Amino acid sequence: MSAWVLLRRELALAWGRGGGPLLACAFYAGMTTLLPLASGPSPARLAVVAAGSAWAALALSSLLPLERLFERDFEDGALDLLVLGALPLELVCAVKCFAQWLATGAPLAILAPVVSSALGAPLSLAPLTFVCALIGGLGFAFTGGLGASLALGSRRGGLLVAVIVLPLFAPPVIFGGGAVAALAGGLGWTSGLMFLAAYSLAAVALAPFAMAAACRNALS
Amino acid sequence: MITALANPQRFLAFSRWAAPLFGAAAAMLLAAGLWLAFAAPPDYQQGDTVRILFVHVPAAELSLFAYVCLAGASFFGLVFRHALADAAARAAAPLGAGFTALALITGSFWGKPMWGAWWVWDPRLTSELILLLFYLGYMALQAAIEDEAKADRACAILALAGAVNVPIVHFSVTWWNSLHQGESVFTSKGPLIAGVYLWPWGLMTFGYIFLFASLWLVRTRAEIWRRRARSLALKAAG
Repeated sequence: MSAWVLLRRELALAWGRGGGPLLACAFYAGMTTLLPLASGPSPARLAVVAAGSAWAALALSSLLPLERLFERDFEDGALDLLVLGALPLELVCAVKCFAQWLATGAPLAILAPVVSSALGAPLSLAPLTFVCALIGGLGFAFTGGLGASLALGSRRGGLLVAVIVLPLFAPPVIFGGGAVAALAGGLGWTSGLMFLAAYSLAAVALAPFAMAAACRNALS
Repeated sequence: MITALANPQRFLAFSRWAAPLFGAAAAMLLAAGLWLAFAAPPDYQQGDTVRILFVHVPAAELSLFAYVCLAGASFFGLVFRHALADAAARAAAPLGAGFTALALITGSFWGKPMWGAWWVWDPRLTSELILLLFYLGYMALQAAIEDEAKADRACAILALAGAVNVPIVHFSVTWWNSLHQGESVFTSKGPLIAGVYLWPWGLMTFGYIFLFASLWLVRTRAEIWRRRARSLALKAAG
């Protein structure tokens, strides 16, 4: 099975049968609605935390599809076939995470500036919010995949994946949120974006090896 | 030495005398450190509250040191298949979490009189809290996987992935604008701290290190016995 076929399979599974990008987007929108409900609709107060809350809600929305990333294939035996197949397991894990990014990360990134502006952030922040969400989403997908593969076969599922993965989400949230906040304050935002990109690229490079080791461990 | 201690019998024989010895050394160093800590003059700015330094700073240093030990043990277990590394890693995690919690709590007691707040979302404090979450995630993963061999390997991978946080905690005061005290001892100009504070700090740090070493050896011994008891129980069950 070539990597391209695997990618098409993953995207078909993510987007078919009631899945689709709108599911993650609906969750993202619903979660962002909780913020003004909880802290009052005062525009001045919301605008201050708008970009940051949009970013934090993005990180949490990225957690949701993680549980099924490997668990579904682990349960029905497809992961055994993938391990034995022609593709290296590291590449399989990388393709799965990449498909996760395309299926949920990219739609969330498109929604992020909309949500951020809806909460009251100035429209001038929208392009940078989109770029940061796109790049950060790549990091979330790969580090999230690491957590999902580590928790394979455990009884705790989604909550365990979230507890493992949230500390690893902290650096991209810090850098991405920091870049947008710097732009809002008129300071230099490029360094935050560079660090965010560096973290995501490091995750893309290193996480597949850890994911493959974790998958082999779970299947042994 | 690490490979020599891979033999469980040799490790048990070594730790049998090493653990009490380290414990005694820790007790003496901590006693001397606390004596000097209370004998030191109050700070010109902070008054007597500066004495929390001698409990807080070594605890924070040990929280990082314990994680490095945890990551090292995980590395040896994962790469070199060191027989006792997994037991040692499992044993080190609650100790590290304890030191991190101690650092956060004593820091909070210091922050209230000094900064006027029990907690601030400062880079150093936030990254230390994330370190605590790493420890808790490690212990949660360990508890959630039933097969012990699989749990050991998964936790080893997680520990190595989390090692990226250690330099972030350490350099957080340099890389970001932080309310927290910056690097004061190992600077390029030498220690910036007064001698009357440097000595108790050093003694307390070494006391904490020996305490961690002693407790780690004891916990690893207990972990070895627990595994033996478990395999005996499994064998008896047939």
